[in-house]
Amino acid sequence: MPGARHSLWDVMRDKGYSRRDFMQFCTFAATAAGLGTQATAAVAKAFEKKDRPPVLWLHFQECTCCSESFIRASHPLVADVLLDAISLDYQETLQAAAGHAAEKCKNDVMKNYAGKYILLVEGSVPTKENGVFCVIGGRTAEDLLQEAAKGAAAIVAWGNCASYGCVQAAKPNPTGATGIQKLVGKPVINVPGCPPIADVMVAIVTHILLFGRLPELDAQGRPKEFYGRRVHDTCYRRPYYDAGLFVESFDDDGARKGYCLYKMGCRGPVTNNACAVTKFNGGTSYPIQSGHGCLGCSEKGFWDNGPFYRHLPSFPGFGIESTADSVGLALGAGAAVGVAAHAVSTNIRKRKLIHDQVAEAVQDTPVSEKVD
Amino acid sequence: MSSRHTYRRLYVWEMPVRVYHWLNALSICVLGVTGFLIGKPFTVSLAQEASGQYWFGTVRFLHFTAGYVFLFNMLVRTYWGFVGNRFAAWDKFIPMTRKAWQDIVEVLRIDILQTRGTGRIPLGHNRLAGLIYFVTFLIFMFQGLTGFALYGPMSHSVLGKLAAWVVPLMGGELVVRQWHHAMLWFYVLFTVVHVYLVFYHDYVEGRGTTSSMVGGWKFEREDLLED
Ligand code: HEM
Ligand code: HEM
Ligand code: SF4
Ligand code: SF4
Repeated sequence: MPGARHSLWDVMRDKGYSRRDFMQFCTFAATAAGLGTQATAAVAKAFEKKDRPPVLWLHFQECTCCSESFIRASHPLVADVLLDAISLDYQETLQAAAGHAAEKCKNDVMKNYAGKYILLVEGSVPTKENGVFCVIGGRTAEDLLQEAAKGAAAIVAWGNCASYGCVQAAKPNPTGATGIQKLVGKPVINVPGCPPIADVMVAIVTHILLFGRLPELDAQGRPKEFYGRRVHDTCYRRPYYDAGLFVESFDDDGARKGYCLYKMGCRGPVTNNACAVTKFNGGTSYPIQSGHGCLGCSEKGFWDNGPFYRHLPSFPGFGIESTADSVGLALGAGAAVGVAAHAVSTNIRKRKLIHDQVAEAVQDTPVSEKVD
Repeated sequence: MSSRHTYRRLYVWEMPVRVYHWLNALSICVLGVTGFLIGKPFTVSLAQEASGQYWFGTVRFLHFTAGYVFLFNMLVRTYWGFVGNRFAAWDKFIPMTRKAWQDIVEVLRIDILQTRGTGRIPLGHNRLAGLIYFVTFLIFMFQGLTGFALYGPMSHSVLGKLAAWVVPLMGGELVVRQWHHAMLWFYVLFTVVHVYLVFYHDYVEGRGTTSSMVGGWKFEREDLLED
């Protein structure tokens, strides 16, 4: 396969897609990149001429939910094109090749397209015990990652795992799992979520293919377009939040009416993601629409911020049932008791002092004012 | 051992300090109550539609407005620490000399061991109070930073953008919220102890401590005045 790289249009045509399919894909790519449909012609031109870059997709410590999400993009044509024509030159779950053939394909890409290929990473990388917790083909995850990252033109971290470590990195993090950003020393596009939204994943890949550069990122390396707002900012239950109408338990009247899930521990107000706009499964629904609060699955360390069904996490060091309020209330009560005890003791221990002062004051007062 | 003493009246707390004090106390009370409600909204039991009310939005609005008052008030007081009188000066809050630490020990002996004081207690903040206010100022700053960091994504506030770096530093908005919330209890604790200690020192020193924050005047024995 390496050597004769063709444009996207060449590949699609060879695989039997019609010109119409191609134009549909270009329309999608234009909107996904935020350009609007009037840019379709320019996009089509680019995809006709430009050589498509090879794409490598590596799997480390993960559950494959990112891959599962990816293949469920809302427009089936888009997923088809990306899987079929863009060709994931190496994707352990989906590739047809196996064993040495697959490895050869990957090595060829890394050699022949150094500095040109796109690297997509799913899963976290263990760093403890020299990385023995994730070894593929006799090599550690970190080794494989570093090798592939060296010549990559763009690196994408799929999901919370590759971005922040996800559940593997939850306390006490036995394998020393970590996201890839701090390992590769290059800019990484973090696309957190458990899993990330299929259409967001597709849009990011299309953006890179189209422009050949990274989308605009925020301070945490997330594409601003999809992670610039909190779930809460676009949640359709928001009017109930402002009105102070909350679900108090999952079987109450408020739950039936679709009140806000804030008091059920909804993490929407502290979670940056596009769920409420893009939704899942082709725009069908997202967790809050199904009556369950947001878990904050696209935030760093969300597994350690439990319990999930309470507004705030338990207070560090005081056990699972503690809240900042229970600890604070105890301290407040302690202070009140302490102050009361101090007041009593003052009147006993400083009796003489106060007595003297009063005596002095009485003495100092002019005789005419000593009424009694 | 009582003897005759003449007391002199001294102007200790200038107007900006007094205004700062009561605006600060007021805004903190509002922030504490509204903040608590934001963390634990009460239940509206009547079945209602969202269009009929906006109470939670109002509580949040009050919290943010009081937050602005709180922050700018604090900035004015900081400025006054450099241009105000010697009682209000910034160096009264940070014990940098040996004498200052001796004073702290002295106040601890009077307050905790409840022995009779030997030396004189400074007329402005005593050194222990000064140190506590210094720590308090740091916590004010923490509360302002975390508050505006949380406020950033829900507003167009420039201050919110200026504090945005706090969120990744602390490890996410939920962690910021957790600590912003937990600090509420510091203010409760501080208020209980602070108001008590003001009354206590008024009681045992008899120099008009409590009313000094209203009128600005304190009293000192003439034979103990240094200058
Ligand atoms: C004495 C000072 C303050 C106290 C005691 C206080 C207290 C609180 C408390 C207890 C919460 C609830 C947190 C939760 O459980 O989610 C809260 C939320 C919040 N506070 Fe403060 N706060 C103070 C100052 C500020 C300041 C200066 C600002 C800046 C504007 C601020 C902005 C916020 C914001 C944005 C929230 C989140 C509200 C929401 O999600 O609607 N706070 N505060
Ligand atoms: C009945 C209520 C209160 C009274 C009578 C009172 C009185 C006083 C007095 C006399 C001082 C100066 C004495 C000293 O140096 O120790 C003072 C200082 C101070 N108080 Fe209060 N206070 C009250 C409530 C509060 C509250 C609710 C807060 C905030 C939570 C507060 C915060 C402060 C601060 C920060 C200072 C240092 C002032 C400065 O120099 O900038 N006070 N207060
Ligand atoms: S359900 Fe969650 S995200 Fe939606 S308004 Fe309520 S708190 Fe915000
Ligand atoms: S609503 Fe929250 S928990 Fe659910 S998918 Fe979106 S970010 Fe993750």
